[in-house]
Amino acid sequence: MANIAAGTVRDVAGDNRSGLTKFMQRKSTIAFLMALPLLVLIFSLVAYPAGYAVYLAMLNKGMTRFVGFANFTFLFSRETFWMVVWQSCLFAITAVMFKAIIGFIVAHFVHNIPSKGQRKWRGMLLVPWVIPPAMSTLSWLWLFDPSYSAFNWLLQPLGIGPIPWIGETGWARFSVILVNVWIGAPFFMIMYLAALKSVPEQLYEAAAIDGATWWQRIWFVTLPMMRNIIAITALFSTIVTFANFDIVRVLTKGDPLNTTHVFATWAFRIGIEGNDIPLGATVSLFMVPILAVAAVFILRDITKRGSEV
Amino acid sequence: MTSRKISRRRFAAGTAVASTALVAAPFVRGAYAAGKLSIGFWDHWVPGANKGSEELIREWAAREKVDVTIDYITSQGNKLLLTIAAEAQARSGHDILSFSTWLPAAYAEQLVPMNDVVEPLIKQSGAVNATVEYLGKVKGQWLAVPATIGSQMKGPCSRIDLLKQHAGIDIQEMYPIGAAPKADNWNLQTFLKAAEGCHKAGVPFGIGLGTTSDSVDTCGAIFHSFGAQLVNDKGEITVRSDGVRQALEYWKQLVRFLPPDSPSWDDASNNKAFVSGKSAMIMNPPSAWAVAKRDAPQIADQTWHHGFPSGPKGRFGPFLPFFWGVWRFSRNQAAAKSLATFLSQPAAVEKLVKASGGYDIPSFSNLTTLKVWADEAPPKGTLYHYPNPHNHQTLSIAAAPAPHKIAQQIYTQGVQTQMVVRYAVRNEPIDRVLGWASTEIEGFMRN
Repeated sequence: MANIAAGTVRDVAGDNRSGLTKFMQRKSTIAFLMALPLLVLIFSLVAYPAGYAVYLAMLNKGMTRFVGFANFTFLFSRETFWMVVWQSCLFAITAVMFKAIIGFIVAHFVHNIPSKGQRKWRGMLLVPWVIPPAMSTLSWLWLFDPSYSAFNWLLQPLGIGPIPWIGETGWARFSVILVNVWIGAPFFMIMYLAALKSVPEQLYEAAAIDGATWWQRIWFVTLPMMRNIIAITALFSTIVTFANFDIVRVLTKGDPLNTTHVFATWAFRIGIEGNDIPLGATVSLFMVPILAVAAVFILRDITKRGSEV
Repeated sequence: MTSRKISRRRFAAGTAVASTALVAAPFVRGAYAAGKLSIGFWDHWVPGANKGSEELIREWAAREKVDVTIDYITSQGNKLLLTIAAEAQARSGHDILSFSTWLPAAYAEQLVPMNDVVEPLIKQSGAVNATVEYLGKVKGQWLAVPATIGSQMKGPCSRIDLLKQHAGIDIQEMYPIGAAPKADNWNLQTFLKAAEGCHKAGVPFGIGLGTTSDSVDTCGAIFHSFGAQLVNDKGEITVRSDGVRQALEYWKQLVRFLPPDSPSWDDASNNKAFVSGKSAMIMNPPSAWAVAKRDAPQIADQTWHHGFPSGPKGRFGPFLPFFWGVWRFSRNQAAAKSLATFLSQPAAVEKLVKASGGYDIPSFSNLTTLKVWADEAPPKGTLYHYPNPHNHQTLSIAAAPAPHKIAQQIYTQGVQTQMVVRYAVRNEPIDRVLGWASTEIEGFMRN
């Protein structure tokens, strides 16, 4: 009897072991375990700070009591907040549009360069994107310097200027957008170049046989084939541009008269410099719904086209 | 086996005695009592200044048998500000830390009261000025110890030759070495005429109108000279007062003689203008002069630091003190207090001021007449009037006397300079400018 019982225990243990082994050998388990370090990283560096920002945004200025959505409703009543909303949209939409156009044009030029010399050009054109933005923006700051602008020095003999590059609202907005385009256009260029290379040559040959003009080839062949890449690149860049901090912070600090602030720089001004962390957190959270709406629309379009294919 | 019964009364008495001894006892040196101390001090602009403080800290640590670690944290890119914010959130970090102007009040609830350190220092070295008290003492409690390192005046830093040539002002005669200023005629009208003369000569006064500290400090001092407060000490908005209107009218006249790009100036712009010889006057501590000594000695030779011009309500000079604060979570508060006391002794202060080339100014009145300021050269005595040795001007800070949390927002968002730019540069109607400022400040008042 005792032996029978012992045998049963051994069987159960053996079954458990084999169950665990089977569980560990399942593809989903292995996939989960391999993704675990990334999940931990995302949780600790993205999810937790985001949750904490939501918590902070619901505290009063002294961070002593819960105030619900009072900080959000307070912001809606502020003139400066609406100015920052307008500037952030202007900054992000204009910059992404120009980055896309310039990236598209340059990608075509590079695509048409013989493959022997193409690598050199690709490398050189990527330089603005690979330099840390804070450093390159510092160089731009010196070019735009109020008193010693190198641009103004060059324009002076032509009887132009001096231009208040960062001293007047219109010019200051132009300057921050220009620097953002300069830094970001190479990313678009490289993505579009990759997409261009994947367009089958036969499609262009067929279009040529049908007598398509250069413009018709772009409009009816290139653009439809690149639509998904264009959409994803635009979405990615919109998110990054909306959340931009370094360019505005280094170049204008939001001046003149707060007219170049974007969400991130204004959140820093209020939250860290002004020591109103809950309101700063609230400002920074306003990016989320705007970007979420953009993401939903763009990704929905991509999925729709994917299922059509 | 024996057991001792302790009565409730005896236990309470014993606990009270032990607690009192712990709280009241001075920091006692001992192999085990001394422990560790983590120090976060401001990373000084002036080369070699950190060495001066490090030597003093090592001397104190050796004497008190404390194991110290020192971090010099730069204020470039707001690193010190971010460190303080992060430590306050994490409730962990340095035992003693440098806090600039508004920060002791901003973190009042998290700082250890320092009355037991500051009050004896005041008895020993004289009173502190009203600005230091406004910034460092809240509801009768000192929140931090006024620090020598980093505390600075942002008074005029002028070119002797250019003022003589284009404004007819002998600034050395007005502010002589070793004697009280003879500056009765140095008022805002004289200043305006001088600004006009230097502007015509192509060397305008380098005063910025951005939202960074240098611009805000100058603007604030001129507002004070007209008695222009945006918010009074009771927390009432006083934007629509005569003083504010007069200050804005004055600025409208002055702006005509400033560089056209002044709204975009930051704290480096004025230094660059002065060192490159393009400006006859800036409002700055001796950092621009220190750079000129190295890079443009002919300009340093002609530099003189002196007091602000007076206005209808007095003569106000911007003073920005640093403080040493100790977090409530600090593990070695006694040692931190001991270090702050040691660094505030006259001998230590003199060493710190020398190491900074005269940049640092102690807050205690008996320590503003050290020989170092009279000796610094070239030209000899250029820094004599820098620490306000004759109490010739009222040391002030922009946005005072508003309650701290409102004042800090007015200061960091540069509300005064923005008002000036709107009214004097963009020619917006004065009532619209005052309305805008009122609305902004109402927003700062939320609790």
